[in-house]
Formats: sequence, structure tokens, C-alpha cells
Amino acid sequence: MTVTKIQIVRWLEASAQVMAANQAHLTQLDSEIGDADHGINMNRGFGSVLNQLPALTDKDIGTIMKQTGMALISSVGGASGPLYGTFFMRMGAVVDAKEELSSQDLHDMFQSGTAGIVQRGRARIGDKTMVDAWNPAVEALKRAIDDGQDTTSALRLAVAAAQKGMQDTIPLQAKKGRASYLGARSIGHQDPGATSSYLLLKALLDTVEQG
Amino acid sequence: MKKLINAVDRVVIEQLEGMALAHPELRVNISPHYIVRADAPVRGKVALISGGGSGHEPMHGGFVGQGMLDGACPGEVFTSPTPNQMYECAKAVNGGAGVLFIVKNYTGDVLNFETAAEMVGAEGIPVQTSLIDDDVAVKDSLYTAGRRGVGLTVLAEKIVGAAAETGYTLEQCADLCRRVNQSGRSMGMALTSCTVPAAGRPTFTLAEDEIELGIGIHGEPGAERSPMKPVDEIVEIMASRILEDASYTRTAREWDHGESIWMEKTLVNEPFAAGDRVIAFVNSMGGTPVSELYAVYRKLAMVCRDKGISIVRNLIGPYITSLEMQGFSITLLKTDDEILRLWDAPVKTPGLRWRA
Repeated sequence: MTVTKIQIVRWLEASAQVMAANQAHLTQLDSEIGDADHGINMNRGFGSVLNQLPALTDKDIGTIMKQTGMALISSVGGASGPLYGTFFMRMGAVVDAKEELSSQDLHDMFQSGTAGIVQRGRARIGDKTMVDAWNPAVEALKRAIDDGQDTTSALRLAVAAAQKGMQDTIPLQAKKGRASYLGARSIGHQDPGATSSYLLLKALLDTVEQG
Repeated sequence: MKKLINAVDRVVIEQLEGMALAHPELRVNISPHYIVRADAPVRGKVALISGGGSGHEPMHGGFVGQGMLDGACPGEVFTSPTPNQMYECAKAVNGGAGVLFIVKNYTGDVLNFETAAEMVGAEGIPVQTSLIDDDVAVKDSLYTAGRRGVGLTVLAEKIVGAAAETGYTLEQCADLCRRVNQSGRSMGMALTSCTVPAAGRPTFTLAEDEIELGIGIHGEPGAERSPMKPVDEIVEIMASRILEDASYTRTAREWDHGESIWMEKTLVNEPFAAGDRVIAFVNSMGGTPVSELYAVYRKLAMVCRDKGISIVRNLIGPYITSLEMQGFSITLLKTDDEILRLWDAPVKTPGLRWRA
């Protein structure tokens, strides 16, 4: 089973809804260890993505992802803009002119996107960032593919891993970003970037499960 | 939340429109957001650009004008501006002598300005970046995002702005900015948090008998919470942290426009020492009255005198704020004849004006 271009477009539409619905939640998380703008920034960014989707539905998945990345870079702001922007642009580069994605494609795509975040932001695993949600998700995808799981099952395992990764940021001390200025006071709070990452991946699973 | 706004999503735009109406000596661009001198580009002069989230006014838009910034790029409240803002702004102010980005050390600002520098460089415009990271409340850069750029940013924009105005080259402006960054230190504190319009309530809460020491400028919690104290004690703590801060070494990425690559530059701040001449900047975070800043300055002057530090110039007022936060920051910048000459040079901007 493959993920089609139509599903990718629907994923991005769903992501916009998810960011709007979770604006207050992300704002709350970002108030505890940040400056309270992650919710509004992601909502604004994906609103911008939503606006340009109609013009992209006849393009290949690579182009859709790259344009999404550029829209995010020019509308989100903060650190999330360049990081998510790079994430989508790297995914677009890996996927290129494909019109549908196998599980292996999904893995390679998310792996490259995550590598882009690491390169841009220089975060390591355990620094309490979005990497701590994406990295486990990519590893879970790989294991599922090696186990011969179908795409939907593989995504389910990836989402579960991202969710656990997100929750596992709670006891960590932040080493990157604004939360790092708090030192040990950042412990006990869930990272907003890992949360929006989980929400994004979950939106993909929900879209795929809807068929 | 009580704020003088209309709709939350129009806050920044309407403030920019207000600035445009108030200051015909500025040109305000709405899409994308940037503010430039009305007489830009100034031919043959290095163009100075800075930017950051809105919410810190008058920084940076209020510092655009003769003798200071050529352009400023305001993001959403407390949110770094996006690369296309700096890119368009750079094209608007480039007078043929290149562009210097003054970048406060926050992950968002650094990433967006870096992307912008690459875009501007690709356009064939000589561009350099200079980092400001003066906040002593953040201990090190090994396990954090590094020291934040706070009060020293204002002083750097004035000093380097004067240098550009008097004909320094791009290289000289960048060298000067790096020198200023390595000569100053700051620390801030808060009595209250502040309310970001889009969030609708204060970012954090402080009890009536609590203060937050080691804050940044984005309304976020600081290094430590402390019981309320008389201002003399607070100033003593903060001034001591600044004056006793040990030698601080770190690396910063700077754009090398010759090679079109990022270079790792080592920066070192030496400690203050008796005999140093300083500019003392006592800054309101926005909600603290000027009268209280004078109480702060009184104690700061005593502490400096006792440590053999000579205050040769001062700046007192709200210059780099966090909306309506009550609190203050102290910046001490070690000076020499060149820095003082540039500090005293004429400046004509909405936020700072003398001898012009």
C-alpha cells in the first residue's frame, strides 16, 4: 500500500486544522519553558501552507513538500520556521518527482528531514527538542519495514514512538533553544517542538487511516 | 488582558502603520515587514540592519535613522523575523558598500539571519553578520543555546551606526561590532511577566513577594526566582554578577562574504577591572517607571565607584523592552576613546537622538 499524492495534500490540510486546534495547548507548553509563541506561530505557518495548497495539487510530492517548507520558513518565524522549513525542504528533495510513497520512501523522507533539523539546529538526541520525537519515529518506521509491516501499521508504530519520545522530553533538561536558558527549571515540562512534531505525524496517520 | 490593540492578528501591522504616520523620515514596508531610512540607500555607506521580534520597542524600528540603523525587520511579537524580510530590507538599503546584520544570540534570530545572509550573498551583495551575546545570567554555551543578546544590542547599534555614518568599511564595522560585543555584559530582572497579545495572559506568574532574576527580553522565566528585596540589594546582586563575571570564551558563526561560507570565530570577554571606563545603561523592561530606574542607577553608581569602575556615560530609560513587563536590566560596556567618540556622535532616530 502506498501513500498517494492526494493523501499528502490531505495530510497538510489536516495539519493546518491540527495546529489551529492545538494552538492553546502549544502556547501553554511554550509558556512554561519559552516565550508563549509556538502555538500561534505553527498555526500561522500552516495557515500559510493551506493557502497555497490549491495551486500545488497538480505538482509532484517533492514540489509540494519543498513549497511547504518555503511557506513555513517565510511565515512561522522563530527557530521553528527555519527548522520545520528545512525539514520539509529536505523531505521534498528526497522524494523528488514521486506521485506516491512506499513505506521505504516515508522512512527515507522522514530520516532526511530529521537530519536536516539536526544539521540546522545542531541538536543531539536528549537535548529536549523536536528531534526527540522525530528520531524515535524514524527508527520505529525502519523496524516496522524490516519486520514486513504494511504502511499503515508502520505509521502507527512510528506515531506511538513519536508520542513516547514527546512524553520522554518531560524529565529532560533543555540544552537547546529558549528552554535552555532555564537550566534545570526546564525539567518537568514537555517540549513544545516535540509536541508539534508528534501532532504532525499523527495527522499523517489519521489521514492514511481514513483512506 | 487589557491592551491598547484592536484585533490580535493586526497588532504588528497597525503599530507599523502608526510608526509610518508618525515618522516621515522612515519608510515602512508592510509586505514583508521592514522599516528603513527614508533616504535609503545611502550611497557608499555600509548599511546596518538588525531585527527581531516585535515587543521590544523602540528596538529595533525606533533606532532607524541617521547615525544608527539603516533598516530594521520586525517579526511577530517575540518571534524572530523571517529571512525574506531581511533579504528585501538589505536590497532596499544597500548603498554599494555592503550590509552588516547585527544579530542577537537567540536560536530563532540566528537561524533566520543566517538564511537571509546566504540569500543576500547569493545576490552578490557583500554581507557580514555580527553576534551580540552579552547576558551573564546564562552561564555557558556548552549545554545551552549560549548567552542571550540583550541590552548591549542597543549600544552596539549606536556605536556601529556612527562608525558606518563616518565611513568605516564593512570589515571595519564588523570588527568594531565584534569588539563591542566582547567588551560588554548585561543582566536583567523582572517584578512581573508580560502578556503576549496572542497568548492572552501573562507568560508566567510571580507572586507579590517574588522577583525573577536573570530574565531575557521575551517574557520568559529567567535563571532563578527570588524573594522580593529592596532595590539596593537587587542592584548589588546584578552589578556584582556583571562585574565579577569571569573570562568567557565561545565560538560564533560569521558569514565570510569573500568565500561565501560560514566561519567559526572565537570570541572572548575579559573580566572588568578597576580602572575601566564604562558606559552604564539602565534599561526599563517597559513597565517600570523612570523614577525607579534612577534608584537603580544610584546604587549602580555606588557599586561601580567602590570597585574602581568609572562611569563616563550613561543611558537611562526604556530602550529594549518586553511589552509591559516591570523590571530592568543593566549593561556595562567598557569603552576607549574610539568607542566614546562614536557614542557621542550625532544620532537622529525616533528612539535615540542627540546632536542632530
